[in-house]
Amino acid sequence: MSEIDKSVKSGKKSILTPSRRDVLRYGGAVALSMPFVSRAWAQTTEINMLAWYGHGEPDIVGEFEAANNVKFKPKYYAGGDNMLALIAQSPPGTYDVILSDAEFVQQLNAAGYIEPLNAADYPFDDMLHEDFEKFPGHWKDDTLYSMMVRCGHLGVSYNTTAISAEEAESYKCFWKENVKGKVGHFDWHLPSLGMMSLYNGNGAGLWDLDDGAWGKVQETTLSLRPQVGGYFDYGGTFNSLKNGEMLAMCGIGDWITGVLEKDGAPVASVVPKEGGIQWTESYCIGKGSEKADIVKKFMQYMLSPEGQVKSAQMAAYPGFAITKAGRAKLNEVDPKEAKRTGQFDGAPNDPITLVKEGRIHYRDIPKNQTLEDWNDFWSEYKNA
Amino acid sequence: MADPRSGVRINLYALTFRLPIIVWQFLFFIGPLLFMVAMTFFLVQNYRMEEAFVFKNWDRMLSRNFFWDSYVYTLTLASLTTVIATCIAFPASYALAFKTSEAVRRWAIFLLIIPFFTSYLVRTFSWFVILAESGVINAMLRTVGLGPYTMLNTAFGTVVGYLTLTLPLVVILQTFALSNVDRSLIQAAQNLGAPPLRTVFAVIIPAAKTGLIVAALFCFILSFGDFVAPYYLGGSKPPTLPILIIDTTKSGQQWPRAAVVAVIMMTTLITIAFTALWLAYRKRASR
Repeated sequence: MSEIDKSVKSGKKSILTPSRRDVLRYGGAVALSMPFVSRAWAQTTEINMLAWYGHGEPDIVGEFEAANNVKFKPKYYAGGDNMLALIAQSPPGTYDVILSDAEFVQQLNAAGYIEPLNAADYPFDDMLHEDFEKFPGHWKDDTLYSMMVRCGHLGVSYNTTAISAEEAESYKCFWKENVKGKVGHFDWHLPSLGMMSLYNGNGAGLWDLDDGAWGKVQETTLSLRPQVGGYFDYGGTFNSLKNGEMLAMCGIGDWITGVLEKDGAPVASVVPKEGGIQWTESYCIGKGSEKADIVKKFMQYMLSPEGQVKSAQMAAYPGFAITKAGRAKLNEVDPKEAKRTGQFDGAPNDPITLVKEGRIHYRDIPKNQTLEDWNDFWSEYKNA
Repeated sequence: MADPRSGVRINLYALTFRLPIIVWQFLFFIGPLLFMVAMTFFLVQNYRMEEAFVFKNWDRMLSRNFFWDSYVYTLTLASLTTVIATCIAFPASYALAFKTSEAVRRWAIFLLIIPFFTSYLVRTFSWFVILAESGVINAMLRTVGLGPYTMLNTAFGTVVGYLTLTLPLVVILQTFALSNVDRSLIQAAQNLGAPPLRTVFAVIIPAAKTGLIVAALFCFILSFGDFVAPYYLGGSKPPTLPILIIDTTKSGQQWPRAAVVAVIMMTTLITIAFTALWLAYRKRASR
């Protein structure tokens, strides 16, 4: 007689002859432990990201997540100050990957919030413009700290039914009579005051204003006040341009009108003759991150042709490709978007040509005033 | 002879019911409030707040014209909204309290609560469709040859937003206040030959004064501290104090300066609330 038969006969319980209650008990235990088994087996790595809205969304990171068994946990901020504060208030190693506006990289580095990078890991030989190789503030003593990944231009954003393309060639169009009360501001002092500085003819010195020049910028800005219909965040800017409540917008560019334009709204953005401002976004590895290797791989992915196309097509806000291979790939897979944004050789509005012609100035922080001074004036302007 | 134990022994039963509210008040009101006041003396260095005891933040904020402009604008709009909400709500509340059946009143209160089920932000955004120059109101006005009128990004838009937030609450509070008015007082007034309007102003309003003032006070408090309406419907033009708080924290992470604005808002609200409550209970206390 086998052991099983013996146990059956004796009425003793065996694991091989489970009662109905045993089946339920063991079955339940197995079912409950499945998530842990599956997790332990899969070992999905979580990557903490600090970025502007949109960078941790599936249209950007989805494919990378699937291919590398990682999961991005984005924390979104609005503005460089906000980003610095979030890092300052968190323990080292909280953020694995940080997307920063280029003008704030220097401050990230000075505060010791980011890890050095190995320049050989990135496609510096494929950049569309030499400035992108040694972008201001990204290197210190020949050590790379941040890798530029995309950019965009700010200028005159307007409703094409109210302002002609010729008129939009100058910031002067903001003072047009037919847009009185219909000029909106993106509610951030830096780009709007930068544009006023450009309108005043400060050109490359738009951030380097002495007291006299700063006073004139304030004067020019205040003269625009009667034209102003409101100050908006991203959602408000988007809405007011879409429903025609605002006919011109100061402080933005294609990063907002591009989304609307693709949706069929009669809006456009151009870099006027006085010059435009470039926003630049760069990736950094957070100090103390234990996932530096996978973050490096992600940064390489975003600088690959596929990543550059994703960035150019980003649902939240589009950006220009910065590598030659990225631009070529964009022209191959989405020629319509490449054409719309002038991202092909010979285009009259080719962003790289604009940079080469000196019409584009990289966004920076004021050289001779503090950000508080600018912010104070901005509050005063809003109340004027 | 008095029980020597009375007044000395802790009444555990009473304490059980009192303690949670005391703890709650300390944890979520007194504590944060004290911290906020302390924060106004702190400094921000390299985007990090550091403990200090300096008056720099007070000096900086109070010496700026834009702060006082925002203060007056916020106070004016909140007061205007309170007056408008009180006046608009009163006829509705009066009808619900005196002219409708119990069942209708119950349904009306239920319907007045319904808007609070949806997000205030969503309700505010829905005004875009109505108030825009290409919106519903202007479309209707166009049919009679009027407009278009700019309503969004104006003080009018802000007040509409404030009313969206406060009007249902004011109607509910006023209805409760009016429902509690002693009917025999109204009958007495009518028997003495008082015309309807005189009955309302000489009997009903004084009798329901406390509730009506509390309703107005809630309206003022909610409007004064609201960020959504002045930002999205008023276009932040000019900014109100809550917008100024956001602006101050956005640039340079100046939480201490934002705390100065917040403390002044709190002081204003507390002063107005105590004045309103004094007015509400004054006559009753003198009786």
